[in-house]
Amino acid sequence: MNPLFTAEGSCLTIALPRELDHPASDSIRRESDRIMSRQFIRTIVFDFADTSFMDSSGIGLIMGRYRALGMRGNCVRAVNVNSHIEKLLHLSGLHRYMEIRPVPEQ
Amino acid sequence: MENTNEFTNEMTLVFDSRPVNEGLARVAVASFCTQLNPTLEEVADLKTAVSEAVTNCIIHGYEGEVHKIELVCRLRDSELLVDVKDEGVGISDIKRAMEPLFTTKPEKDRSGMGFTFMEAFMDEVTVESCVGRGTTVRMKKIIRR
Repeated sequence: MNPLFTAEGSCLTIALPRELDHPASDSIRRESDRIMSRQFIRTIVFDFADTSFMDSSGIGLIMGRYRALGMRGNCVRAVNVNSHIEKLLHLSGLHRYMEIRPVPEQ
Repeated sequence: MENTNEFTNEMTLVFDSRPVNEGLARVAVASFCTQLNPTLEEVADLKTAVSEAVTNCIIHGYEGEVHKIELVCRLRDSELLVDVKDEGVGISDIKRAMEPLFTTKPEKDRSGMGFTFMEAFMDEVTVESCVGRGTTVRMKKIIRR
């Protein structure tokens, strides 16, 4: 499994790259599709700890995973979110469907 | 036709419509803009807006084929002007294309938020398009420092 992906039970954690753009989102979608075809995944946690850049491709990635998980409450979560990423999640309305945890105060 | 003398600096970058060049384009614009001494937040917003415009050329304008994208940046006082131009398929209904969540490619996990982000992060966004001829997105950002 790609080191960015960690599956524990039915929870898949994806450690997102520094820049979550169009090419990065496409490769993460393909890899998570592959994992989800082999084992039962109920929840996906997007970990933004290393991520400083995102555009609408990242929003599309999260929306697509939310649909793939059956659009259940709390099936997707975002952790270690910086202020720029949080702004994008709010502008796109995704905050209504997912728990968002900001990066802890230093 | 605008008088070019009013601009204090100008840059034109022409590159292939390959996804790997989305990063090149946003870093080039961010770097060009440093002369205006922007905040980190302004740079992050600008990079996202440029990334959206260039991604649109690649995915929608040229539909994955490799052709040229032209990026023009100009400075005028505290304003940064960014034009992103393709000679691709064009947009038949610009108003609809700019609506939040509207996308012609939901199967590719496109969110339909590209133009919404451009409008949220830039001070002005205008779109000129001709079906079969291409699209030009013109954006302006005022650096407020």
